[in-house]
Amino acid sequence: MDDEVLIDVQHLTKSFVADSNFFGKPTSFVQAVDDVSFKIHRGEAFGLVGESGCGKTTIGKMLVGLLTPTSGRIVYDGRDLTAMRPKERRALCSDIQLIFQDPYASLNPRMTIGDIIAEPIKTNKLLPAEKVDPRVDELLECVGLAPYMRNRYPHEFSGGQRQRVGIARALAVNPKLIVCDEPVSALDVSVQAQVLNLLDDLKDQFGLTYLFIAHGLNVVKHISDRVGVMYLGKLMEVADKSDLYHDPLCPYTQALLSAIPSVDPKLRRKRIILEGDVPSPIDPPAGCRFASRCFANVGACDVTAPDLYEELPGHWCACHRYDGVNPEDVIDTSHEISRIAASPAYGRSASEGAEARGMAE
Amino acid sequence: MAADSIAMQSPQDLGEDPQTDPSQTPPEVAPADEKADSLWRDFWYAFRGNKMAVVSLVLIGVLVVVAIVTALFPSVLPYDPYQQDLSASFQEPSLAHLCGTDQQGRDIFSRILVGTQVSLTVGLLAVSISLVVGVTLGAIAGYKGGVVDTIIMRCMDMMLAIPSILLAIAFMAALGKGIDKAVVAIGLVSIPEYARIVRSQILSVKENDYVAAARVIGDSDAAIIFRHVLPNVLPSIIVRATLGISGAILDCAALGFLGLGVQPPQAEWGDMLGRGRNFIFSAPYTMIFPGLAITITVLAFNLLGDGLRDAVDPKSRRR
Repeated sequence: MDDEVLIDVQHLTKSFVADSNFFGKPTSFVQAVDDVSFKIHRGEAFGLVGESGCGKTTIGKMLVGLLTPTSGRIVYDGRDLTAMRPKERRALCSDIQLIFQDPYASLNPRMTIGDIIAEPIKTNKLLPAEKVDPRVDELLECVGLAPYMRNRYPHEFSGGQRQRVGIARALAVNPKLIVCDEPVSALDVSVQAQVLNLLDDLKDQFGLTYLFIAHGLNVVKHISDRVGVMYLGKLMEVADKSDLYHDPLCPYTQALLSAIPSVDPKLRRKRIILEGDVPSPIDPPAGCRFASRCFANVGACDVTAPDLYEELPGHWCACHRYDGVNPEDVIDTSHEISRIAASPAYGRSASEGAEARGMAE
Repeated sequence: MAADSIAMQSPQDLGEDPQTDPSQTPPEVAPADEKADSLWRDFWYAFRGNKMAVVSLVLIGVLVVVAIVTALFPSVLPYDPYQQDLSASFQEPSLAHLCGTDQQGRDIFSRILVGTQVSLTVGLLAVSISLVVGVTLGAIAGYKGGVVDTIIMRCMDMMLAIPSILLAIAFMAALGKGIDKAVVAIGLVSIPEYARIVRSQILSVKENDYVAAARVIGDSDAAIIFRHVLPNVLPSIIVRATLGISGAILDCAALGFLGLGVQPPQAEWGDMLGRGRNFIFSAPYTMIFPGLAITITVLAFNLLGDGLRDAVDPKSRRR
């Protein structure tokens, strides 16, 4: 993988007005994304996971320019997208594209799929008029559809086929970065696999970079090189796929991983059952966003928010348990979460906390 | 120790890769006849499937021909529609006078034929005025939102607060009598209806992901409105506009009935209806035939509207 940074997200924050007074002055805000920073390298697939409402889609929309950040910067290929004039930003449309979650709502029902795929080419004047049709045929073949289908309307296609049309539309402008906003969560499992494999193939074929947003960890595992875990607008942990899945540091990630269902009964593991609900993003907790539900709360968690530290090489985590301490010193280096939880250093407060919350049986 | 019990499997096994057979779309044999249909051909295919709509289109075509021919060649009329013959007043319908004659002895059939000109012109022109202005205002209000939306829609609400025929009469009072003024008045009073329909439709359509997709592609606001938003609002506009034509014909007839629309002796269906009402018992044919002309024309436009709405919706098309 090329180590060159393609997109550098710095302290990105987005808040929406939740309520305003009679004169239109905002009185409360929803903190959808709060001070999130990460980098995506060229040619990499960066997965972003988290539960509904944690701000993953908001980040994706800010990257493609559908939303304007409240503060923070998005540096694409050395250029700050947030400081650009609308005209300059529009010129970059052909570099950053988006694949939508809902393949039914993302295609105009009154356009044939040929027109839908040709539109970005024509809008950005990428090809002379006579070369548009062959290009559309080529794109249709790229995504596994037949060129003769170009005169059909979206309603004549299945969900998976529609998603392929959406992918072809995104590819039409020769983008460098594609934000995939839960591209398979509206599809059934067998079709999910097909679309994921297609995305994987296209990534190699066209040298694409992905920001892959999903709530399914297994989907992200399949396609990503690195994964970021979000909770309530904050980035909790960023690591290489294997590090994150084998050696999660943040308690939220551990809980999330334990919730992946397994088809093999022998592999069924103890779930970490979290108590309570996600706090409201209108009035988020002062300290760590996860503190109220965390089974390893160390006290400081309720007061100050932990920063994202590089705990291990390439493995970043926002958790007070590791604050500035190499996790190798804190925990057993074993690759099993059970041992992590059992280790004396971890158990220092975790066992109390866990018992108090009835986590550990 | 309690923590011992948080036993978990090695995370190596976490997650099942959704790997299945990578064979992509199911193989499909290309049907030989799937050629590039033009938009119009698709549309015509769907439209002609609707028999009532085709019948109404033919009927409207006949009306248009009648209007043009009677305007260009008045000699084709069986009688001069303005020739008074008091000795021949109130003749019952017969072979000589198909629809009878009125109080002044004018041939009602000839007058109905000539009246087509007025009704169609008024219907089409008035609807064009309200369509262009109403759709533009509604589209701006719906797409821009905020203060612009508030200002436009409150103005529309003010117009809606006054009954439309009353408002039309007020406009006529300000503009003066005459058929051209009637067209403007009828067109103006129905602007709010179009604006409201278009605005509400746009509010729902613009939330669709395909509009966001168009923005990500780099489409301008105008391209988004004209290519993605308005075509999806089109069905409701078409239905409203064809109903609007019949509404405008009725309004024009109502103004004529009240003596505000056309000026005598100009033949106009509503005016004929109004003058005939004094003789509804003694000579009902003076009312029945102009009334029938209005009813049939209005019905034809309504059915045409239904047919058009279905035909522009790709989902209801049959291949």
